[in-house]
Amino acid sequence: MAAPSITVSETPLVLYTLRRADDALILGHRLSEWCGHAPMLEEDMALANMALDLLGQARELYSHAAKVEGRDNDEDKLAYLRDVRQYRNLLLVEQPNGDFARTMVRQFFYAAFADLYWRAMMKSKDATLAAIAAKSEKESAYHLRHSCEWLVRLGDGTEESHGRAQEAIEHLWAYTGEMFEVDDTERGLIDAGIAVDPAGLKAQWLKIVGGVIAEATLELPSNDWMQQGGRIGRHSEHLGHLLSELQSLQRSFPGATW
Amino acid sequence: MYTQALNSSDGEDRHIEDAELAARFQARIDAEERIEPNDWMPAAYRKTLTRQISQHAHSEVVGMLPEGNWITRAPTLRRKVALLAKVQDECGHGLYLYAAAETLGSSREELVDAMLAGKAKYSSIFNYPTLTWADIGTIGWLVDGAAIMNQIPLCRCSYGPYARAMIRVCKEESFHQRQGYEIMLTLCRGSAEQKAMAQESLDRWWWPVLMMFGPPDQASQHSDTSTKWKIKRFSNDELRQKFVDATVPQAQFLGLTIPDPGMTQDADGHWRYSEIDWTEFKQVLAGNGPCNRDRMAARRKAHEEGAWVREAAAAYAGKRKARQLAQAAE
Repeated sequence: MAAPSITVSETPLVLYTLRRADDALILGHRLSEWCGHAPMLEEDMALANMALDLLGQARELYSHAAKVEGRDNDEDKLAYLRDVRQYRNLLLVEQPNGDFARTMVRQFFYAAFADLYWRAMMKSKDATLAAIAAKSEKESAYHLRHSCEWLVRLGDGTEESHGRAQEAIEHLWAYTGEMFEVDDTERGLIDAGIAVDPAGLKAQWLKIVGGVIAEATLELPSNDWMQQGGRIGRHSEHLGHLLSELQSLQRSFPGATW
Repeated sequence: MYTQALNSSDGEDRHIEDAELAARFQARIDAEERIEPNDWMPAAYRKTLTRQISQHAHSEVVGMLPEGNWITRAPTLRRKVALLAKVQDECGHGLYLYAAAETLGSSREELVDAMLAGKAKYSSIFNYPTLTWADIGTIGWLVDGAAIMNQIPLCRCSYGPYARAMIRVCKEESFHQRQGYEIMLTLCRGSAEQKAMAQESLDRWWWPVLMMFGPPDQASQHSDTSTKWKIKRFSNDELRQKFVDATVPQAQFLGLTIPDPGMTQDADGHWRYSEIDWTEFKQVLAGNGPCNRDRMAARRKAHEEGAWVREAAAAYAGKRKARQLAQAAE
């Protein structure tokens, strides 16, 4: 008997918090897949550090979502007992690690956004979200610095690393637009001063990303088609596999304490 | 830790160096002084330590693989974070130890290349698979427990950089051991299925863990010199007995049965275990353990697939330096 999925009352604030929690968990999980397999020991340490930061953010955000929801869900139920259609993360963060260039470009695109986002969220009228933002901003500033440095090294390194970095940018670019989307659920929270309007961060994000990409002697893609769906549970095929691994024990041993 | 099992004779390389220097060196060791990187030391001392410290470093890095196998499947977020942080600690130990080995004059690249070429060993315990979540508990409790038994005396090793590295490593290992024991405790207090999972894991790991202390004293080569140099302070069998005596009550508290029906407690309170199957140990050491091929393949793959990244970093550093020089010349 497998443990069934839970139901979640997705009020606007619960949904909003879950979306950010899912981003952090899924990206943290992806980074943790590198553990023991990185190109050098120093980078094994760094990737694990970033994964730990993100998993820590996810735990706080899930706990907050559970508290706001006010039923008997908790961080583990929210992480381990929702299926792929209930997950609300960005498509970007669920993309497979690929080679080191893919992982770093994915990290760079996300961290450049997260750093701006958490800094703005420090002014949220939701005191818990503001506190989580204050901690997460420090972490994402490091993630951004680390991934920027790698982007420049890879872009301006060898012919091979340049090619791989450019390919990663082309591949992942279409998943960046989703970070700036706002739906009706979020609009209300933005108006109430609880959430920040990500659309307002886009110009600054483009400036940071464009600057680093130029320094790395790389190019921004000309294609501006953007893929969407993660926020409403329409994911790429990759997420289901990730979740079946992540959730395997909780699903196989219903109700067990670990 | 993770090295005693791997000692082999280096007698052929031992040669008489300046007798006076050698005598002075031994007198310093006997007076419990620490030997530092720039001090004179016999070539064989340097060689023994380089081998031991680098094997220890390789073991930490290969040891990331069996536990890393469960990071993506850890059953709760708290367990996931703790396991990832633990495996990250092992990586840090590896880095730390490679740095200690480098103080003896070999580069990390040389040492790693020797391991990837199959010329240097790592602890055989990591050639066993982690099949269930309980194995993560067992590794922390027993494998790290055995490591601590081995490593605490190394904090007083005559070579300064190694001794100092061990102090920090031991602190972290002792935390890992408690974490592993707590996983076991949770399983043993859980459902019947979970308790069975814990017992089955102990059944598989018990004998390989006892083998971690290395061959029995009668069969152990090379211990005499290591003892004389105060690299090694207790014999394999002494440490093994200490470990068994500490572990039996812990297993009893968990309500688990040690898979040794012949085990008895003697009049002095020591738990006497049955004879160890050294044929298995030799097989695993010879490369025929369940995971030897997988572990080496995983390390080689990470190394080979990371080559272009390391080359890029080196190329970029070179370009940057050239630009700075050009700028300075303007």
